[in-house]
Amino acid sequence: MNKILKGDTKYHFLVLAVLLLVIFPTFLDVFRLNLVGKYLTFAFVAVGLVICWGAGGILSLGQGVFFGVGGYLMAMHLKLEAAKADIGCTRELQETGVCIVQSTPGIPDFMDWASMTEIPLFWGFSHSLILTIIMILTVPAIIAFFFGYVMFRNRVGGVYFAIITQSTAALLSILIIGNAGYIGGFNGITDLRTLKGWDIRTDDAKFYIYFATVICLLIVLLIAQIILNSKLGRVTVALRGQEDRVRFTGYSVTAFKTAAFCFAAFAAGIGGAFFTMNVGFIHANFVGVVASIEMVIFCAVGGRFSIYGAVYGALIVNAAKTLFSEAYPELWLFAMGLIFVGVVLAFQKGVAGFYSDVIEPRFRSSKASK
Amino acid sequence: MATSVLSVKDLTVSFDGYKVVDNLSFDIGQNELRVIIGPNGAGKTTVLDLISGKTKPTAGSVKFNGREIMGVSENRIVKLGLGRKFQTPSIFEDLTVLENLEISFPRGRDVFGAFFFTRDDEVVNRINEVANIIYLEEELETDAASLSHGQKQWLEIGMLLMQDPKLMMLDEPVAGMTLNEREQTAKLLNKICQGRSVIVIEHDMNFVKQIAQTVTVLHQGSVLSEGEMGDVQKDPKVIEVYLGH
Repeated sequence: MNKILKGDTKYHFLVLAVLLLVIFPTFLDVFRLNLVGKYLTFAFVAVGLVICWGAGGILSLGQGVFFGVGGYLMAMHLKLEAAKADIGCTRELQETGVCIVQSTPGIPDFMDWASMTEIPLFWGFSHSLILTIIMILTVPAIIAFFFGYVMFRNRVGGVYFAIITQSTAALLSILIIGNAGYIGGFNGITDLRTLKGWDIRTDDAKFYIYFATVICLLIVLLIAQIILNSKLGRVTVALRGQEDRVRFTGYSVTAFKTAAFCFAAFAAGIGGAFFTMNVGFIHANFVGVVASIEMVIFCAVGGRFSIYGAVYGALIVNAAKTLFSEAYPELWLFAMGLIFVGVVLAFQKGVAGFYSDVIEPRFRSSKASK
Repeated sequence: MATSVLSVKDLTVSFDGYKVVDNLSFDIGQNELRVIIGPNGAGKTTVLDLISGKTKPTAGSVKFNGREIMGVSENRIVKLGLGRKFQTPSIFEDLTVLENLEISFPRGRDVFGAFFFTRDDEVVNRINEVANIIYLEEELETDAASLSHGQKQWLEIGMLLMQDPKLMMLDEPVAGMTLNEREQTAKLLNKICQGRSVIVIEHDMNFVKQIAQTVTVLHQGSVLSEGEMGDVQKDPKVIEVYLGH
């Protein structure tokens, strides 16, 4: 552990771990804790973006795609389990609210509404929880691999890459909305109930899901820290400024950019899966353009050069979103726009930069003067 | 020419119909230090771009140690033992001098290799050795961004040295340097061309005199004159191109 977390990063990690594992669960009620859990699922994406965008300089405006893939994969498994509960439902039982009568029992409700009679083939792997977990951990990275390889090999970068990723996010959300019978369409995948028979809607379950989210986030943070400590991380940073020099030092720029993008996708996919677990549904809105840009804002506000800052960014912006939109729902988007413009103009390194450039030096000097 | 390291033959590249490099042929021998000079727009940098794989030629061949390298990707060419320094210092400004040199150490150059790379004694010794040659042994922990312009040029040369290339190509290594730095660079170049071939592109004739063994003069994409520095300077064609009518 000491090898991974050298110097200051040890304290950054510990402070965050204590905040998430001790302070929040002690002082927040289950409703608010569950909200924090939801915010943290976006922190996964933000941490991925620190590696890909902050370190590597590759701005992806399409992280919603990977977040969505993770979220939908999780939801598909939970939905199949929920659908099984409706087999053998009768009118009398439906009256009591235990289950719903379907014309084809055992298939997800939205398929029944779209007059489908069997589950499409691509849902096949989702019957198994183990396969679902494996897919959540691999499919986003595999998509990112092919997508990134083609882009980076053809030297597509900068703004062009950002635009293409953004349109991919738009594409996927349109695809989902247009296929109501196959994947839930505009309603998303809702009414998720149990995981291996364990009811995920209870307060107890939400409490445990929160801890699972935090622990996985801390693991992803450690992986990101190991990457940043290694030469892989330094080559990624080198890519940001001097792509040609990296190439003429004998590295394949394509491979290293693809790797950074894959890590960002991997983290985003895990975040998406936990989003479904925390919130109890998934929707095409979390795949699309707006969601993808918001994810970049979380990262920018937190500080795109700091994996720990990114977590705070996700927490702060989302908490502000909740508090602000409770009071002035229509003004929130303007407020978020202002936050983003403010960060770009005044604090390019975000909250983490504000801490390391302003707060920490004062703290240091006051300590030194004693 | 059995000993030639690099053999350029009939190399041609045209941009929008304009031939920037036109039927260029030359050879670089083992352990040779060759200076390429020529007026602005003669195609000097383009020749390096072509050899290092950055620009694809319209026609012609470049053989490195007898192996055709046209069409080979840049990073593969580097692995064959060909290092290239850019005109403006291109170093990794966000990293320290030590990290810059470390990245250039030829090991762990794929994604997983880089992930599992460790800074062992071999690496550290090599870094110290190179830092010593490029006058940066005191600056190892300094951020590369805060080096002086001349030091940045040296660092980039050092990064090439780390790779121990068989052929080094330096594009205007003394551009923007002080007189003092120029002299040190001349010494540096004479030191590093031991055991390898070096191509230097240069504008500064005084500097060329300090280092040159053989000089190739480029003009409008072709070789105008080639030979010893003294002979080339007396060549009427060269005088005309450089001094005008």
